[in-house]
Amino acid sequence: MPSFDPSAKKMLLSGNEAISLSMLHCNVQIATGYPGTPSSEILETYSEIGGYAQWAPNEKVAAEVALGAAFGHARSVVTMKHVGLNVASDVLYTATYSGVQGSMVWIVADDPGQASSQNEQDTRNHAKAAVCPMFEPSNSQEAYDMVRLAFQTSERFGIPVILRMTTRVDHSKSIVQVSDEKLEALKPHFVRDIASRVMVPGYSKPAAKRLRAKMEEMAAWNSAEGPNRMEMRSTDLGIITSGISYHHVREAAPEASVLKIGMSYPLPVNLIREFAAKVGRLVVIEENDPWLFEGISALGIKVEGKYDPIYRFGELDVNRVRRILAKDQSPEPVPVKGRPPALCQGCPHRESFAVLNELNCIVSGDIGCYTLAALPPLSAMDMMIDMGAAIGMGLGLRHVLPREEAKRVVSVIGDSTFIHSGITGLVEMGYNRPSTGHVVIILDNSITAMTGQQEHPGTGRKLDHSPAYKVNYGEIAKAAGIENVFEVNPVKEYDKMKALVKEALEKDELTLIIAKSPCILALKSILAWDKANREKAGDQK
Amino acid sequence: MSTMNVKFAGLGGTGVVKASDVFAELVFELGYDVKKAEVHGMSQRGGSVASDVRYGEKVESPMIPDGEAQFLVVFAEDQIPVNEAALKVGGTLLSPKDIDVSKLPSEKALNVAMLGKLSTFFDFPLEKWEKILQKLFAPKFHEGNSIAFKIGREG
Repeated sequence: MPSFDPSAKKMLLSGNEAISLSMLHCNVQIATGYPGTPSSEILETYSEIGGYAQWAPNEKVAAEVALGAAFGHARSVVTMKHVGLNVASDVLYTATYSGVQGSMVWIVADDPGQASSQNEQDTRNHAKAAVCPMFEPSNSQEAYDMVRLAFQTSERFGIPVILRMTTRVDHSKSIVQVSDEKLEALKPHFVRDIASRVMVPGYSKPAAKRLRAKMEEMAAWNSAEGPNRMEMRSTDLGIITSGISYHHVREAAPEASVLKIGMSYPLPVNLIREFAAKVGRLVVIEENDPWLFEGISALGIKVEGKYDPIYRFGELDVNRVRRILAKDQSPEPVPVKGRPPALCQGCPHRESFAVLNELNCIVSGDIGCYTLAALPPLSAMDMMIDMGAAIGMGLGLRHVLPREEAKRVVSVIGDSTFIHSGITGLVEMGYNRPSTGHVVIILDNSITAMTGQQEHPGTGRKLDHSPAYKVNYGEIAKAAGIENVFEVNPVKEYDKMKALVKEALEKDELTLIIAKSPCILALKSILAWDKANREKAGDQK
Repeated sequence: MSTMNVKFAGLGGTGVVKASDVFAELVFELGYDVKKAEVHGMSQRGGSVASDVRYGEKVESPMIPDGEAQFLVVFAEDQIPVNEAALKVGGTLLSPKDIDVSKLPSEKALNVAMLGKLSTFFDFPLEKWEKILQKLFAPKFHEGNSIAFKIGREG
């Protein structure tokens, strides 16, 4: 059930909810993505309010599906968190060359302050490097309006567009007034155009030139008509800002003139020059990288950025903006630490990691709830870098460590993460076998738990929980040359699991252990979804 | 009017976000500009959770600056030190100690009882509170919520 009434005209919505509603009003024909905080609710909400959405195995596949749809003259969306764009960037960097014939919006959610991410990377760097136009909303209303504008821009210039969100814009709620301007559904069809879409060098070189020409045209359009706003107040202080920082600025320095940038790539260069000429002191206020600062400095404009490295990290807020403007370099107040997150009571991962501790394993880990096992009291994970890395890193250790240490290495990966990018790791394991063998454990809790219980190709259910083909991890492993495959319940069969891992570590063979026990938080929902699907199947017979 | 700031805080799973949703929806329906901020994600796993609600004629940042919250409503005593920097000098701190928790129909209704306590500091119509509680909770919780809200008001 959606958390709001999609037929209302004025509502209090989160940025993610506002995006979903706007997608409905823009007649988006297909929306796909991979869950990742803070982006996950967009597709779920879109499905709940009547749109068509699906989860992909990972962001790269999702982006390819959305791009193919746009090649077929449809309107498509792909969603992901910032690190997901690393996985999908291979698609983005050439999709800007080919352009699109329908329209395609990439909704990418950054996480300044790392509320729930392994790094603090700034998607604006990707936009510039891939030459992809980018919008940055400051609140839910702008998120709602900019989805529409992003599609209009994508259709007008024939290019994919990024909507860059941040945690605070995704998850804060503010008031949204629904627009009467709705976009008519596109009519998908295929028109052959080999030179535009087959990016071999002969066709790609002219495409690169077309892309640069589009960018020049867009930069001029952005200065003249883009979603930017020059707010003139006192000319003593002028602030250039974008995204959530705009609201912190307005509160911290209500008298300052502000150039609020809504489309930050390509930069509205003429507008920036005009604003800079009108004010005395000129300051850029932005989260993450000094991205606007460097872009504006490169224009030869004298501008202040966040010189003090303490402001390079973490989210901004009203007090930090006050400090930056006051050039305050004194140490910031240290917030009192709250209670850290922990594996839930009854979480099946607790038993799996207890086994690994008992057997003194070197644990190559991965991304999910189970990463919390790295924290005390378990302290049972030795490394975690990126999605799917558990298997590759574990194999690397096995190849180089002295035999007695190599024999202790285990790769541990969740079910959704295994689908996302663990499968190729298994293929590597069968192909380049370490002399000591290797042991991979899939912690199968039958859901994408950390991001809020989303389905994936291994659950047997689609995004809307209707039935789907269920991937068989063991069969994939066997096909990749993994000779030993076991399934065990780490909670109900603790001793058996311990014996299986111990035996596997002693052999110089390749072993996959599927530690299967459902997420304790999702269990009730999983049972209800499966029951509903069984009843529906019964009705149809 | 200047912006009113109410911070809700507790541990993951105790209804912090839901309580702030109720309060935010209430002031929205009463015609104020309103913003609400919290962080989702890993905080679901039993860690500290806080949610900021700000309302007034026009609200800019969704996050309450330190020292500017007129109200801090905590659902667990041990979350007071983590959040008290938000509280304005002379601001009001509400915690489960302020209500008779032994009378609650269920532990889960603590968030609604805390809203009941909070309601005594505002002259918003009680039927409005009731309406929003019914709108944001499933029908099976309505009766228990009604009792919990009253217990909070009386506490």
